[in-house]
Amino acid sequence: MEFIAQHPILVVSLVKIAVLLLLVLTVLAYLSWFERKVIAHIQSRWGPYYVGAHGLLQPLADGLKFLFKEDLTPPGADRFVYVLAPLLALSLAITTLALIPFGPATIHILGQPTQLVIANVDIGLLFLFAITSIGVYGVALAGWSSNSKYPLLGGLRSSAQMISYEVSLTVSVVGVLLVAGSLNFNEIIEGQRGAFWHWNVFRAGHGAFPQIIGFLCYATAAIAETNRVPFDLPEGETELVAGFHTEYSSFKFAMFFMAEYANMVTVCCLATILFFGGWLSPFPESWTWQQYLPAAALLVCAAYLAYDTAVNMRGIARIQLAVVTVLAAGIGVLCLIPAVMPVIQGPFWFLAKVAFFLFFYVWTRGTLPRFRYDQLMAFGWKLLLPVSLVNLLVTGLVIIWPQLGRHG
Amino acid sequence: MSVPFILFFVFAGIAVAGAVLLIVAREPIHSALSLILVMVSLAVLYLLLGAEFIAAVQIIVYAGAIMVLFVFVIMLLNAGVEERTDWSKLAKYAGLPLAGFLLIELAYWLARPAAGMTAALHAARGMGAAPTRALSEMLFRDYLFPFEATSILILIAILGALVLAKGDE
Amino acid sequence: MSAVPISYYLVLSAILFGLGVIAFVFKRNIITIFMAIELMLNAVNLAFVAFARAHNQLDGLVFVFFVIVVAAAEAAVGLAIVITIAQNRQSLNIERVNLLKF
Repeated sequence: MEFIAQHPILVVSLVKIAVLLLLVLTVLAYLSWFERKVIAHIQSRWGPYYVGAHGLLQPLADGLKFLFKEDLTPPGADRFVYVLAPLLALSLAITTLALIPFGPATIHILGQPTQLVIANVDIGLLFLFAITSIGVYGVALAGWSSNSKYPLLGGLRSSAQMISYEVSLTVSVVGVLLVAGSLNFNEIIEGQRGAFWHWNVFRAGHGAFPQIIGFLCYATAAIAETNRVPFDLPEGETELVAGFHTEYSSFKFAMFFMAEYANMVTVCCLATILFFGGWLSPFPESWTWQQYLPAAALLVCAAYLAYDTAVNMRGIARIQLAVVTVLAAGIGVLCLIPAVMPVIQGPFWFLAKVAFFLFFYVWTRGTLPRFRYDQLMAFGWKLLLPVSLVNLLVTGLVIIWPQLGRHG
Repeated sequence: MSVPFILFFVFAGIAVAGAVLLIVAREPIHSALSLILVMVSLAVLYLLLGAEFIAAVQIIVYAGAIMVLFVFVIMLLNAGVEERTDWSKLAKYAGLPLAGFLLIELAYWLARPAAGMTAALHAARGMGAAPTRALSEMLFRDYLFPFEATSILILIAILGALVLAKGDE
Repeated sequence: MSAVPISYYLVLSAILFGLGVIAFVFKRNIITIFMAIELMLNAVNLAFVAFARAHNQLDGLVFVFFVIVVAAAEAAVGLAIVITIAQNRQSLNIERVNLLKF
């Protein structure tokens, strides 16, 4: 107990890390369910349906499968690097989530007032890019250590693609930095206060320029950076067997899988913070009825799930979906408690926006065909980088234009 | 033992271990990985010294781009285990002790004049509140010419690498 | 909280530089020798940052920035040269690059 009193920040940080880790691992698992469902519906089929109501227990089954598969090591592989690569990929992908602020409120953990972010670093954005740039090693080392042709080629191509698009990613974000004037996430979000037309992607006026092109460049570069369709040639199944993770099985493959989803989540969180106002709501602040929205949204979901349970489900699926309904309704009611209501506003809007971007990611996966590798690299260097540089130039000019005449 | 001391010794130990691993490793890829370890622990030491921006730049540029280039080249050239040739007796018995002596002498002469200075964590002027902003102002005002010169240097390096990579075409 | 004396950082910088020299002199693979050069540059960077903190000036940090940039340019060209040498001599052993030896 006195340990808590002597090191309050350490203990509170450990609690926050534990909670975030738990939430993130659950979200990653259910992101795979979400992706399979959405792609299935785009392709006019159902997707996972039988393993638990609406396939909700499918991630659990997949996790068990990954745990029990045989763990092979290819002959001649460099053992240390072979094991290091997926560890590096997953740990770096999850570490970036420690920098993300989920809301403005100050909550009390173990009597200590604390913010809804694990590490509020002054150069948060720069650090996030630093961690992402080391993430390239996970892919490169996986390709190298597998001691086999396809993974080596896949690893080389994939890491070359990642470092190429990393440049465009960083440049497209600098426009936002010029508008916000700080690298700290909280300050970037605070600058977007107001309603949705104050968000950085639409914001025009004194000291700002709408960052629409910046956002489009960022979205494209981010999809390429995370190796997703249409930029996933290095790991496409019809091209290079499975690219850099061909020789990985069981839990190490699951780690690469989770690392890819974690990178997706990080990139979507970054998009909402930088361009779409983070945890700010799209409605003007004077509309006080909006604080009931989280509860209302959850209760509407619970009502729909109740209808689905009663009408469509049979047998054990009915019981499972009933449990989910009660859970949703319970959280909805929880959001109505006066103590919880102001705290939940920030995370609700943040998670809603992140969920929309994740849906957008999965949507592009289900819709677009794949780029060829030379088309991919040409696009990154010859189109995306010049466009983001021009965006940066124009943003800078527009911001500094009023002050240019003063020295004349 | 306060926290800065513990952090310093831990990451200094990791840095030295990485450097020793660089020398001792038999495969170039392991040397590259230990060099990355050294760079990351040096970035943490820069954080301890209050240079946040330089720590981030170190990781983004040095550990995240230059070392990726090294790893690429090792993968491309399929560099395997180093050949073991016998060093001359002179190198083994005189070289290593001389190198060690260089090390100790450097350490001694660097440590002496600085004996009184400490890295106080909340120092006053230059590296105070917003070191990134102050650093960038200095970069674009006092050091503008070297800044532009290094951008030309990078352009020359890009051209040189392109010419060398194209070969005899 | 007491602070870490600057001399500790300088001794570490000297140790890393010395280890870099040892690696540079005793290793045989061209790429490893190149990495030893980068290690020496890093050791020097640490000394710069330590002195910048000691004198409370930002000039040391600016110099570190330039050292990092120049190291990047040098690594790019140097590795291109290494690839060319490896293709010409079919070996990464520096003792094979001895055509100019007297």
